[in-house]
Amino acid sequence: MKKKFKMENLECANCAAKMEDLIKKIPGVNDASVSFLSQKLTLDADEDKLDEILAKAQKACSKIESDCKIIL
Amino acid sequence: MTKKQKRILIRIIITAVIFTALMAMKITGVFGALFFEPLELILFVIPYLLVGYDVLLKAIKNILKGQVFDENFLMTIATVAALCIKEYPEAVAVMLLYQIGELFQSYAVGKSRQSISKLMDIMPEYANLETDGILKEVDPDDVEIDNIIVIKPGEKIPLDSVVTLGESFIDTAPLTGEAVPKKVGVGSELISGCINGEGTLKAKVTKEFENSTVSRILELVENAESKKAKVENFITRFARVYTPIVTICALILALIPPIFLGDFSEWIKRGCIFLVISCPCALVISVPLGFFGGIGAASKIGVLIKGGNYLEALSDTDTFVFDKTGTLTKGEFKVSEVIPQNTDKDSLLALAALAEGFSNHPIASSIKKAYSKPVDTSKITSFEELTGLGVHAEIDGKDIYLGNAKLMKSKGIDFEESANYGTAVYIAQNDAFLGTVIISDALKENAISAVKDLCTLGTKDLIMLTGDRQKAAKEVADKLNIKKVYSELLPQDKLSIVDTLIKESTGKKVAFAGDGINDAPVLALSDVGIAMGSMGSDAAIEAADIVIMDDDLTKIPVAVKLAKKVMRIVKENIAFALLVKFMVMILGVLGLANMWLAVFADVGVAILAILNSMRTLKLTKD
Repeated sequence: MKKKFKMENLECANCAAKMEDLIKKIPGVNDASVSFLSQKLTLDADEDKLDEILAKAQKACSKIESDCKIIL
Repeated sequence: MTKKQKRILIRIIITAVIFTALMAMKITGVFGALFFEPLELILFVIPYLLVGYDVLLKAIKNILKGQVFDENFLMTIATVAALCIKEYPEAVAVMLLYQIGELFQSYAVGKSRQSISKLMDIMPEYANLETDGILKEVDPDDVEIDNIIVIKPGEKIPLDSVVTLGESFIDTAPLTGEAVPKKVGVGSELISGCINGEGTLKAKVTKEFENSTVSRILELVENAESKKAKVENFITRFARVYTPIVTICALILALIPPIFLGDFSEWIKRGCIFLVISCPCALVISVPLGFFGGIGAASKIGVLIKGGNYLEALSDTDTFVFDKTGTLTKGEFKVSEVIPQNTDKDSLLALAALAEGFSNHPIASSIKKAYSKPVDTSKITSFEELTGLGVHAEIDGKDIYLGNAKLMKSKGIDFEESANYGTAVYIAQNDAFLGTVIISDALKENAISAVKDLCTLGTKDLIMLTGDRQKAAKEVADKLNIKKVYSELLPQDKLSIVDTLIKESTGKKVAFAGDGINDAPVLALSDVGIAMGSMGSDAAIEAADIVIMDDDLTKIPVAVKLAKKVMRIVKENIAFALLVKFMVMILGVLGLANMWLAVFADVGVAILAILNSMRTLKLTKD
C-alpha cells in the first residue's frame, strides 16, 4: 500500500535524506521517500502495521529534526 | 515569508546592529576600557546568543539523540572553538552569516516550491453536481460515474466527462500549453483540468475523480520526484561520506600540526574553517531543485516527465526512433490527389463520392469528406461492397466500379496503375477507366521542423518504423529527411529493432516516440519512451516515460533542449560548489582563509546554487 503524508517543519535537505534512510529501515516498510521540496513522505508499507510504522517513522524524524512532524 | 522566518529576520537585524556597534567601538577605541577580559567576551556573547541560541539548543538536543554530524552541531563547535581562542568577532559573524544564509535558503526554496505548485495549479476544487434539477457544489471525489455535472463559464472541468448539453470553447492550455481553445458541443469529450470558456456545459461523468486525467497527471508529477536521476543519487551518496570526512580532517588539522609546530589557537581556527564548510547543503538542495524545476517547467507546456532520471536520459539521447502512422503523420486518411482520365477532377470526385454513398469504409469516408457536398443516394439503384476489392454501384443504369487494382483486373478493365504514395482507388464506368483517387495519410504540419530541430541538437540517428508498405514509408521518410527506415513491420518487429538499437548504443540513450495506442511495449522498452498526443489515454500515460499531451511534435526537440539545459545547470552547481569548497579548504589549511570566507563557501554557495537551479523554472517561458 502506498500513501502520502504531509510533513511540517522539515527544514534541511540533508535531514530529509537521513530521515528517508531511517524510515526505510523500519520493518514492514517496502519503500519510503522523504521529499524536502514537496515536504512530503511517501510510504509504501504493510497496511495492517501502518499505525505502528507511522509511530516509528515519527520517532525517526524527531531524532533528526526535533520539531519535524508527520501530519496524519 | 512565514512567521518563523520573520522572527529570525528580526533577530538577525538586532544582532547586526549590536555587532556593528561593538565592532565600531572596538576598532575606533572609544570606550576602550570595555574591551578587556572578561568584559569583552560577555559583550560579544550577547549578540552571539541572540542570533544563535536555537542553533546551540538544536545541537545539544541532537547530540543527546546521537546525531553527531548535524549542521547545527558543526556550527556550534566551530563558533564555540572561535570563542575559546578569543576570536570573538569571528564567532558572532559566523553565526550571524550562517543564520542569514539559512533564512535566505529557506525563503528561496519556499519561493520555488510555490512557483512549482503554481505551475501545477490544475486541481479542481469542486464540482457542480446536478441531482433532480438541483445544483450542489461538491468535492470532485464524491462524484460518481454517470452523474451529471454542470460546468459554468470560467470554471475548471472537474472530472473527465462527455458533454450532454451546451456549447463552449475549452482552454486546454493548463494541460497542453496549447493557446488555441478547442470547440466542444454535445458528445464532445471533456478532459478534467482544462478550463471552460464562455458557454455553460452540462456533462455526464465518464471517470471517477481518482482516474480522471487531472488526478493522474498530478500523481505523475508528484511521483516524478521519487524517480531520481543518477547524479541525484550520486549527490546523496557523496553527502553521506563528505561530512564525516571533512569533520575528521578538521579534527586532524586542529590537533596534529600544532604538536609539531605549536600555535594551537591558529590550527584550531583552521580546523573550524573545515567544520563550517562541512555541510553539503548546496548540493543536496540545488540538484533535486534543478530537476524539480525542469519537470515543472516542462509540465507547463504540456510535456510530462515522469522523473529526473528520464530528464537525464533525454539529455543523453542520440538515437530517436519514430513510429510513422499517428506520430509523424496525422493517422487520418485524406484524399491527396485526384487524377482523372477522360473526365475532369470534380466530376470524378463527385462520381466516386456517389458510388461510395452507402459505404462506411474509412476510404469511403475520406472520399466523401473530400467531396464535401451532400450525396444524393436516391440515384443509386443498386450497391454492393466487394470485400477486399472495393465497391460496385449502379447509377443511372451504369455500372460503377471503385476499388483497388485487383478489382480492375478482375473486371478486365484497362487501367493505369498508380505509382504515387498512398492508397490508390481506381474508378471505372462499365468497362471504361475514369481515373484514380489517391488517399494518403498526411504528414503532421510540424513534423519537418521537429525532425530538423532534433538534428541540430546532436542527434546521431533518426529512425522511422512502420507497418506500412515500403514505398509509402520511403516517401514519408524522404520528406522528413530521415535516412533509416524499417517498413512492413509487425508490432513484435518494432520491439526487436528497438531492443537491438539499445544493445548496440554505447553509453548513449535510445528514445522512441509513438502515439501510445499500440506501441506501449516499445514505449516501455526504450530508454526514453515518448507518448504523443495522449491527453486522456491511460495506457500511454502508463507505459511512457515522457508524455506529450497534445500532438505537437516540436515539443520533442523543446524537451530535449530543456533536458540539456537542466543537466547543464545541475552540473554547474556541482562543479561550482565542489570547487569553491575545496579551494577554501586548501586556503584554510595554508592559513589563507578566514571564517568569513568559510561561511561564504557554505551558505553563500548554497544560495547561489539554489538561485541557479531556480532558473530551470523559467526554461519554457519563451
